[in-house]
Amino acid sequence: MIALTVNNRLVNVDAASDTPLLWVLRDHLGMTGTKFGCGMALCGACTVHLDGTATRSCVLPLSAVEGRSVTTIEGLSADRGHPVQKAWLEIDVPQCGYCQSGQIMSAAALLETKPNPTDADIDAAMSGNICRCGTYRRIRQAIHRAAELLPIRTQMGEKK
Amino acid sequence: MKSAAELSRRDFLNATARVGGGLVLALTLPSSTGTGRAAAAAAMGTGKHRAESQINAWLKIASDNSITVIVDRSEMGQGVYTALPMLLAEELEINLDVIRIEAAPVGDAYVNAGNGGQVTGTSNSVQDAWEKLRMAGATARTMLVSAAAKRWGLDPGQCQAKNGSVVNAAGKTISYGELADAAAKQPIPKDVKLKPKGQFDLIGKSRLRLDSPGKVDGSAEFGLDVKLPGMLYAALAQSPVLGGTLKSLDSGAAEKMPGVRKVLTSTSGVVVVADHYWQALKARSALVLTWDSGANAGLDNAAIGTLLKNTAAAGAGLSAKKLGDAAGALKSAQHSLSATYLLPLLAHATMEPMNCTADVRADGCDLYVGTQVQQIAQTTAATAAGLKPEQVRVYTTLIGGGFGRRLDIDFIPAAVEASKAVGAPVKVIWTREDDMTHDTYRPPAREEVSGGLDASGKVIAWRLHITSPSITARMFPPVTGVDDSVIEAAVNNLYDVPNLSVSYSRQEIGIDVGYLRSVSHAPNCFVIESFMDELAAAAGKNPYDFRMAHLANKPRQRRVLQLTAERAGWGKAPAGRHQGIALMEGYTTHLAQVAEISIEAGQLKVHKIVCVVDCGQMINPRIVESQIESGIVFGLSAALWGEVTIVGGRVQQTNFNNYRVLRSNELPELDVHLLDSDETPGGIGEPAVALVAPAICNAIFAATGKRLRALPIGTQTLQQT
Repeated sequence: MIALTVNNRLVNVDAASDTPLLWVLRDHLGMTGTKFGCGMALCGACTVHLDGTATRSCVLPLSAVEGRSVTTIEGLSADRGHPVQKAWLEIDVPQCGYCQSGQIMSAAALLETKPNPTDADIDAAMSGNICRCGTYRRIRQAIHRAAELLPIRTQMGEKK
Repeated sequence: MKSAAELSRRDFLNATARVGGGLVLALTLPSSTGTGRAAAAAAMGTGKHRAESQINAWLKIASDNSITVIVDRSEMGQGVYTALPMLLAEELEINLDVIRIEAAPVGDAYVNAGNGGQVTGTSNSVQDAWEKLRMAGATARTMLVSAAAKRWGLDPGQCQAKNGSVVNAAGKTISYGELADAAAKQPIPKDVKLKPKGQFDLIGKSRLRLDSPGKVDGSAEFGLDVKLPGMLYAALAQSPVLGGTLKSLDSGAAEKMPGVRKVLTSTSGVVVVADHYWQALKARSALVLTWDSGANAGLDNAAIGTLLKNTAAAGAGLSAKKLGDAAGALKSAQHSLSATYLLPLLAHATMEPMNCTADVRADGCDLYVGTQVQQIAQTTAATAAGLKPEQVRVYTTLIGGGFGRRLDIDFIPAAVEASKAVGAPVKVIWTREDDMTHDTYRPPAREEVSGGLDASGKVIAWRLHITSPSITARMFPPVTGVDDSVIEAAVNNLYDVPNLSVSYSRQEIGIDVGYLRSVSHAPNCFVIESFMDELAAAAGKNPYDFRMAHLANKPRQRRVLQLTAERAGWGKAPAGRHQGIALMEGYTTHLAQVAEISIEAGQLKVHKIVCVVDCGQMINPRIVESQIESGIVFGLSAALWGEVTIVGGRVQQTNFNNYRVLRSNELPELDVHLLDSDETPGGIGEPAVALVAPAICNAIFAATGKRLRALPIGTQTLQQT
């Protein structure tokens, strides 16, 4: 048994320690919002937050997340209320939608560190997330919109 | 009356034989049942018990006023789960927010007339649904009004449908939910009238997609996400050489690994079934396998190129289009030129790798799969399970990228055979490497083209000879004569050319080829639009003026070309930038693109793509815009880097590190402009793909004088040498 926190819930997982977090989430915990795309951290479909940082779960063994905190798309908000999700809906970003969990998790992590990202910031943070439907222009638009929707921050975030 | 459980699918289909304007007889069904999945209902959000009346093949209305639209095309990003319900809702007089979507089962009512089967492809979902679903909505509305009138003892003319209810002159209101049961028993009206364009409330308006919410919170269910009680997971080992067969298998070590339930030899390869997917994958790597490479052991790109070249040289092949005397006109032309263009194999590389979940029991099979071909999926599963087709229920999931890949069914049999072997539901998942190395590839093509100009610089002769494998001959045999999917765009006669010859030679290459988004529009438009530029250069004309001069009576084509040039600032590129233009008609949509590029130190940068589109009547312009952008991005990946290479019968590309696709930081500026039009709707999912490569290559020619006649642009030298 390996214990970790997923979406603020402590879970004990009975799986081989080399099982990638992606498959732990999907097969063992039944949380299928995180997607399998490449298995080599090349496409970003499996992106989750590990202690707040965007991380590719397809190459992250269970042993490496013991005792750590994972947030998945299911845990980003209870009601699609995260600013990134709101912006995604407002701009109507998804097409097939398969990569969008990963896109949203990458975007949410970006806004945590850069609440007012430039296009260059967005390129740097999002180039690891492939979308074969080509929703990139709307993703960029939605990230700027999400930045506007962020609650005003008074400390580190220097959000105006 | 029979209960739903007693009412077999066949009864339903018989009962829903087409009547009049494509509508079906009314039939009342409680919400769906089924042993395999109380689940089909649960997944679609219909789990709770309530009365639900099926008004026709596409519409169910529940007592709680929720409205289920049954969508008979597969949602793979192109927006059919929004556009098709909008057509029905327009006539039914309902808001979009009360609609729930259900994927259609296999059924005769759900055949796509344009494709001759229950097929999502050729970008014609809206074309097929345009009348059908508006009629379904209008007929249902009429029946609801009749039911209300009857209850009130009024003439239907005194009642009106409005926002999910029927209202009368006295201001009384009854909701559709209350009326549904009675409405379903009303006679089907024969002569309902559809709203004219001026009265549209929904059609032509940009509305948010109905499938977006589940795609931003992770709840959308793709094939990969299907969960069934007791479900096992499986990995599939296929011959590394395409077309090879299993020679020997030692599964002893694999079978002893944790979680492994069974190793079986299926018609698709060796299947490892385990409690969890990672266990199945690890056990797969412990299999000791030897394969007989078969006929493809020596296959590589050079061999394929030689095959196509020799066949092209052997004769002109089958005539696909003939106008006047192209050979004679070429001889008498003031100036003539010839060129050979080469197109590579391409992979679909959908984001969601191939997968399929099957639950085979003695008396039936439930199949959960992202498929573009429900009927073929059904018969494929039936064959694999040893059942009759009607014993297989197909549940179409959301599709994580189709692009034509899921017109194929090669990922279905292993799941069915494995489920049958272990007596439990089994989900087979291909890895990215499985997917990339066992695709049904966009076929390569060799296209030899000649053109002749008269003294005034007009094209008087055009001869195009296409040599390539036939996808249709593999997938929908027999093909007698020319495979129509090879000669798209080439036979449109877009430009005014009096002497035209298009011919086709079929040459198979020993591996499975498949339809890929825009199919032969992409190779053929690359050739046609590149060669038009070659002719323009030979005539000493501006490529835009040259095209316009060959579009005398083509108003839609002229309009998109002109507007594209205007928006792009044709001929006024900033210093260091260069432009290329291209035009096409495909899927009854007209569009043009201008690519703006620069080349520095031999490196190409695509700065901007302008695209103007006339796709006839739009249903939801925001979706149209997204599809055009999507096509451009898809076309950029293919034009810049798309190429599958083969060595010893093995595909060399395995993942996104060596099959490069466009990333967000590589996106050029996109300027998509949609034209309002009263013409009937055209396709939007595919056409934009085809113009990207010729527009860029024409810009490269403008920049350097070098004509690229092969794709991808990739590492080709861009300077004139």
